[in-house]
Amino acid sequence: MTDFNQLKKNLKKDFSKFKSARIALLGDSATQLLAQAIRGYGYEVEMSFEIWEADYDQIEMQVFDTSSEVYASKPDYVIIFQSTQKLMKYFYKLPASERAGFADAHLEKVRGMYDTVTSKLKCRVIYFNFAMMDDAVFGNFANKIDFSFTYQLRKINLGLMDLARGLKNLFINDIESLACRYGTDTVNDMSIYVNTDIVFSLDFMPAVAKNIADIILAISGKLKKCAILDLDNTLWGGIIGDDGMENIQLGDLGIGKAFTEFQLWLKELKKRGILLAVCSKNTEEIAREPFEKHPDMVLRMEDISIFVANWDNKADNIRRIQSVLNIGFDSMVFIDDNPVEREMVKTHVPDVTVPDMPEDPAEYAGFLRSLNLFETASFSEEDESRTEQYQQEAKRKIAQEVYTNEDDFLASLNMKAAVSPFNKFNTPRVSQLTQRSNQFNLRTVRYTEDDIAKIAASAEYLNRAFSLKDKFGDYGLISVIILHKREDALFIDTWIMSCRVLKRGMEIFTLNEIVRIAREAGFKKIIGEYLPTPKNGLVKNHYADLGFQSTGGHWLLDVDSYADRVNFIGTEEPVN
Amino acid sequence: MTVDDIIKEVNGIFIDVLDNDAIVLKYETTAKDIEEWDSLTHVQLVVAIEKHFKIRFKSSEIQGYKNVGEMCEGILAYTGK
Repeated sequence: MTDFNQLKKNLKKDFSKFKSARIALLGDSATQLLAQAIRGYGYEVEMSFEIWEADYDQIEMQVFDTSSEVYASKPDYVIIFQSTQKLMKYFYKLPASERAGFADAHLEKVRGMYDTVTSKLKCRVIYFNFAMMDDAVFGNFANKIDFSFTYQLRKINLGLMDLARGLKNLFINDIESLACRYGTDTVNDMSIYVNTDIVFSLDFMPAVAKNIADIILAISGKLKKCAILDLDNTLWGGIIGDDGMENIQLGDLGIGKAFTEFQLWLKELKKRGILLAVCSKNTEEIAREPFEKHPDMVLRMEDISIFVANWDNKADNIRRIQSVLNIGFDSMVFIDDNPVEREMVKTHVPDVTVPDMPEDPAEYAGFLRSLNLFETASFSEEDESRTEQYQQEAKRKIAQEVYTNEDDFLASLNMKAAVSPFNKFNTPRVSQLTQRSNQFNLRTVRYTEDDIAKIAASAEYLNRAFSLKDKFGDYGLISVIILHKREDALFIDTWIMSCRVLKRGMEIFTLNEIVRIAREAGFKKIIGEYLPTPKNGLVKNHYADLGFQSTGGHWLLDVDSYADRVNFIGTEEPVN
Repeated sequence: MTVDDIIKEVNGIFIDVLDNDAIVLKYETTAKDIEEWDSLTHVQLVVAIEKHFKIRFKSSEIQGYKNVGEMCEGILAYTGK
């Protein structure tokens, strides 16, 4: 973790090339050093956080006066930081008879702040939960009564989770977990607190800044999607080629527990949508054997999206993995116990994140968890089946090799698409697609679930979500269009497609549908726009290829002269 | 170790933390004499000094010293050298 002094020095550096995010920071303690840490940490992750800071202890004043500076600052994120220290003082002021209701009252206040802020601003609210503080007034007995500070503090933290579940734009900065990792002696510096009302120590501040940045990066679509795993001394103890399957350490053998529990955690990641890839210097059959036969292996072949075991160098293998999975190098984490391999990958594939693993395998899981690599801002059912989907794709690639003619291959797939308007079932996945898609994305507009719900309900917009399946399996929801009714034309506000269904003819199918919608709604013209980003070069010629005419900055299609184009995708009724 | 030795070491810490090569500390130097030295950077300086000398100031001492020299006398007392 970069230390505070380094983060402060970052403030003088050049942020001009970075993506920016506007933050309003409101605290009931002194927040200047935290603001510096947040902006300074942004440099480390190539973000320019533009921070407006409220004056000391002005949270309610700023939030409930809708003409105040926090609203004028037009933030993307309103960060509200209430400290355990102040909370305790309010609690102590309460007469004993009111203490049992303290948590409920506080949660209502938080709800009130969220509702007021989000009614006037299109922003996310990041609210700090509370570091635990044992005031030792009752000792452990505090756990046996509901009017102890311990009880009410825990109730608030749990209540915040329940609030955040129901409020799409409320995100919790989990200070409780972070403070637990660092320990009270590191989190608090009483000398500083007593002199300046700054609540956290300088050592803890970078961790807090990172936590906030992790949340913002995830919301912005900068996520890790894949963990690439070495095998020997990473997933099991020992070297399979030398020791043989019976002697590698797993389960009860030697320190096998370290590896078994590490695999258990990796499996959980896979279940929530992270792709696992194997990249090992080994003969393939020997490397596969534990996955297929060892009773104490937690990870099995079905958990691995792509299994690469050969004697080539790992940088080349990682490039191979990238081209199959078709995700950015910057969304990959490479996990290997060998520092030589790690250095080589860092040098030759610099966008991949390569943690410097501790030497003791017993510390692998704890160390990787402490890096918080797998932050996310959404979760939909499709995440759970992501590995399965990639395995189906591998089967398609094998099937394709049989065909010399592209059209014959496409026809053989027996593809069917289901088309539906946005509805409450598909809203999470639709929103997730707008937030995560970078490549096949014509205008890169990000929409929250609330935004999608508003668009779905609005008469100004027409929208469709497309799912695709073929004989190998279901791709799920893979394309989204949002059409805006303008005076004399239908404007394509959003056209997104998952890269998994490139070269299937989905673009044509979608265009046929867009034209059909335009005709039904009485539009003679359809206008498309391409807004270039560093990641969407793929669709630079999208509208040209589809027959649109360039009209200086935009692309125009004449509805009357359009004839449905041939594609190999049939239609079926949507399930939802 | 003398107070002057300590002042020299603390000078190095000031240069690093305040990111300014031109800082020269004397016994009489106070925050008024150094542009970057304010109540916020004071916190950084105190923490850096504590870490460097492996000492811990009492909370009343943090704002209590009149000048750099007095602070270094305090450090000398803590390091017991």
